Amino acid sequence: MIFVSILIIFMLAGAISASVFKNLINSVIALALVSLIAAILFYILQAPDVAMAEAAIGTGLTTAIFLITIRRTERTEE
Amino acid sequence: MRRIVSLILLAVVAVGVALSLSRIPFGTPKTRVGEYYIREGRKETGAVNIVTAVVVNYRGFDTLGEVTVLFTAAVGVGAVLQLFGGKSKYIKRRPASLILRTGCRFLFPLILLVGAYIFIHGHLTPGGGFQGGAVVASAYLLFYLGCRERRISEEATQAVESLSGLVFLVVGVLGLFAGGYFLLNFLPKGDPGSLLSAGVIPVIYIAIGFKVGSELAGIIDKLMEETE
Repeated sequence: MIFVSILIIFMLAGAISASVFKNLINSVIALALVSLIAAILFYILQAPDVAMAEAAIGTGLTTAIFLITIRRTERTEE
Repeated sequence: MRRIVSLILLAVVAVGVALSLSRIPFGTPKTRVGEYYIREGRKETGAVNIVTAVVVNYRGFDTLGEVTVLFTAAVGVGAVLQLFGGKSKYIKRRPASLILRTGCRFLFPLILLVGAYIFIHGHLTPGGGFQGGAVVASAYLLFYLGCRERRISEEATQAVESLSGLVFLVVGVLGLFAGGYFLLNFLPKGDPGSLLSAGVIPVIYIAIGFKVGSELAGIIDKLMEETE
């Protein structure tokens, strides 16, 4: 229970910092942290199918696609 | 002023959502159909993984819609990049560092193998076409980072994608001819727990795995293209 609470606190911190950061690279990394913790929580809640999808798509591919897009556009938000 | 108003609105929405969520008795059985799937799913579909039985067999038509959504997204990315990205051309970039290159050569086949394992065993173990396809696509991402001088052919990804979509539809239509409704599980169920069981479920999930993998790899390929 304590473990889950710590994970949720980290997840909230990641979500808030993803929306606050001005540097979009940092923002995307914070978003990847949110997805990673979501995957762990899905696994703890006995939903391994969803956890696998979240880990592969949310943490891996989405982060990569965002990073490639940021490299081709602008790095900071005004 | 606008900030205060938006904060108040946000608070109202949050209270509303919290109130309506607190009325739902989480964890108690609400629907009979869920219990039915758990009780009869294994016998009716032959799949040990009940999630797969629901996704491919009971709710196969929804999965077809999901695959279509992904296809539309891939087409959209391609169209946007083609229309507004200018003339694209793949310039030769300097090769990656030794560590990345070696790691790519070692890990690329292994990640492909894991992805294929996940979607071939979709009816036996957790995972399936979408998860396996995403893992396959992440192998291609590593390939683009590590072995930059090479490139997968666009025609090949498109051909694989179209063929696997066609397999999904043809299996569905065959069910229509064999038993009267779309996506009927018309093949023999086999004995649950072995690789060749569950009728059409492995066929459809392998097709979905190829489709999702080639689609996401195609998106990565289009994004990695350098524009002039």
